Amino acid sequence: MGWLSKSLNSSIGKKIVMAVTGLSLILFLTVHFINNMFLFFGKEVFDTLVGSLDAVKPIVRVAEVVLLLLFGFHIFNGIRLWWENRKANPDKYYIDASKENSTFFSRTMPYTGGILLVFLIGHLATVWVKFNFGMEGTHHYYDAVAEIFQFLPTTIFYVIVMIVLGFHINHGFQSAFQTFGWYHKKYTPLVEFIGTAYAVVLAVGFSAIPIYFFIRSMGGN
Amino acid sequence: MEEHNINLTLKIWRQASATAKGNFEEFKVSVSPHASILEMFDEINNNLEKEGKDPIVFESDCREGICGTCGLVVNGHPHGSKKHTATCQIHMRSFKADETIYVEPFRAAAFPVLKDLMVDRTGLDIVQQAGGYVSVNAGSAPDANAIPIAKEIASLALDAAECIGCGACVAACKNSSAMLFVSAKVSQFALLPQGQAERYERVQNMVIAHDESGFGSCTNTYACEAECPKGISISNIARMNRDYFVSNMKLQE
Repeated sequence: MGWLSKSLNSSIGKKIVMAVTGLSLILFLTVHFINNMFLFFGKEVFDTLVGSLDAVKPIVRVAEVVLLLLFGFHIFNGIRLWWENRKANPDKYYIDASKENSTFFSRTMPYTGGILLVFLIGHLATVWVKFNFGMEGTHHYYDAVAEIFQFLPTTIFYVIVMIVLGFHINHGFQSAFQTFGWYHKKYTPLVEFIGTAYAVVLAVGFSAIPIYFFIRSMGGN
Repeated sequence: MEEHNINLTLKIWRQASATAKGNFEEFKVSVSPHASILEMFDEINNNLEKEGKDPIVFESDCREGICGTCGLVVNGHPHGSKKHTATCQIHMRSFKADETIYVEPFRAAAFPVLKDLMVDRTGLDIVQQAGGYVSVNAGSAPDANAIPIAKEIASLALDAAECIGCGACVAACKNSSAMLFVSAKVSQFALLPQGQAERYERVQNMVIAHDESGFGSCTNTYACEAECPKGISISNIARMNRDYFVSNMKLQE
């Protein structure tokens, strides 16, 4: 197995790990997104949907372990790449012309990733813990979500992070294709368009939830 | 017709040795708009030598935009902001009068500054050497069209072979990755029938040599392609990634 760890720890290998885990996480986000959109169908629909997951709890737990591994590898490799690449380029130019040769999204991947990591820890420590261990046998998930977004700072934080998520995915999606070697004059522009469109849909859709619940809480009902 | 010189302020990176701390030295010059940036440096150096001072160390060879020796970073752009040209092809007419121009060496941990604007690009040679050999048939010269190669493939291989190994991709990359260079050197053989025998060993060895020479990892910002004086395409990097993946599946060890 020496060849496997050697190749996965090479500079291209690390990219492949980032791309495979990244695309898998995008797949997870799609499921998460569709689930969340049921919030807009009202309390009963959402509570029934989330409650129904109780019946398949073992499968959910297995999926969570897989997700943990995906996040783990993605984050570990991301931090490693950031650290190693900083070492490879310690001295910056006095005149920074990088905005003329690359996109903002591609240059800020370690930073948007870092913000997302902080968010992820906070999100799991609050929402995930609450949904899994803090419901005391009731199925009032909808009310739990509504409660979180009563507070303006939380709402603003969530919206900002979702925009950051869009930035991260906008580069990450097409970057994964390039890493796999799927570059083609005809199809690459399409891949870039799909990545950007997907990033916008996720950022707007996910942000709509905190905004909706905050406005609702202001109306008193 | 009388030509007017233009006045420029130059901020040029001076560094006595690899370990010394560098800083910008200011020069006020009046230069012909027809002069190339290297000719302007020659003039400055002539004056410096007359005054008994240390001339500015920079590299150049062909001064025809072919060899890639003259790597300078002009206003933040390796080989200047003009697309698909080398440093020696930057002419002073492309600057506005009284403009301030910053000239820096290529910056990367793998390219230590030797003196002033001259850096050590041995890392690229190590990668190139790791590529090894190409098997060719010995004996009398083969028939010209003995091996048919489609025009499109031949063109792609020649586009990759255009890489002059100047290191601008490394200088432009925020991670100091040389992947555009490696991928061009991999592709120029991988595309052609003559390069098939050693195709997968080659990509393995070159990627390993790349990583060991202190270059960073590619994170697909594509700054390299934008700054490359020869317009090497990032499609080469995609091809190298594919070949590297296949080589890991294919090779016995």
